[in-house]
Amino acid sequence: MTTLHPLLRTPATAVWAVLIAATVVSWMLGTQHGFNSYTLASVVILLIAFFKVRLVGLYFMELRDAPTVLRGLFEAYCIIVCSVVVAVFLLA
Amino acid sequence: MTEQVPETLEKKIPGETGVWIFILGDISVFAVFFTYYLVERSKQVDLFVASQATLNKNFGAINTVFLLISSLFVVLAVRAMRAAQRLLAQRFIVGAFLCGIAFIIVKVFEYHERIAAHEIPTTNGYYLLYFVLTGLHLFHLVIGLAVLTALWFLARRPEVSKNQWAFFEGGACFWHMVDLLWLVLFPLIFLVR
Repeated sequence: MTTLHPLLRTPATAVWAVLIAATVVSWMLGTQHGFNSYTLASVVILLIAFFKVRLVGLYFMELRDAPTVLRGLFEAYCIIVCSVVVAVFLLA
Repeated sequence: MTEQVPETLEKKIPGETGVWIFILGDISVFAVFFTYYLVERSKQVDLFVASQATLNKNFGAINTVFLLISSLFVVLAVRAMRAAQRLLAQRFIVGAFLCGIAFIIVKVFEYHERIAAHEIPTTNGYYLLYFVLTGLHLFHLVIGLAVLTALWFLARRPEVSKNQWAFFEGGACFWHMVDLLWLVLFPLIFLVR
């Protein structure tokens, strides 16, 4: 498997490790008392979720290297949907 | 050592425009579902919190890991194809496919737990949304498995045309979308309280 190594040499593998770590953090926040407030923990969990979405889009879907319009649409999606979801969670 | 996998420097659309219209449309529909879930939750917070507590959060977390591993396999499959390592690409696709199957198996256990406890879509608003949203996602995942199968057949071809390569990249992005949607659905339905 000497051919495997160069394939792994991409930012996507480091991003993958970050995604796994973020998943563990979210899971801990969701199952234990990471914060005194469930509301605060939930907001952090939602922010982490959309941070992960952005990483998947930019590095796995390769939108980092996509034309500005496409990348912009995706970045806008992340910001708008994250804002709306957090706002509805807090206000509704 | 020099980079052995060629990376394109110019800006390019992964796959083709049509795939992106579909992906952006689909994730926008799910954005409405995410918001709708939270609006419904706000009407009966106590019920949602109590019902959510019956879910096995470990199942959801394990499935997140399965999908993340599968996505990494798909990233590596695309890179292997670019490096003309077809056999390796096929193996990565099989790996991604098996992670998808593992997701379904965990899901079956998860649904079975709920149904055995008589917590079904008609029980209350939470379980209705839980089953509909995770079910819709599961439907996407099954389509994704069919897409991965098509990618595997493409990886077996000695030559891949420009259009077939666009399909390969687009199919890879579809699989990442299945992962991406779960990255929001899991925390939203299982963790946010």
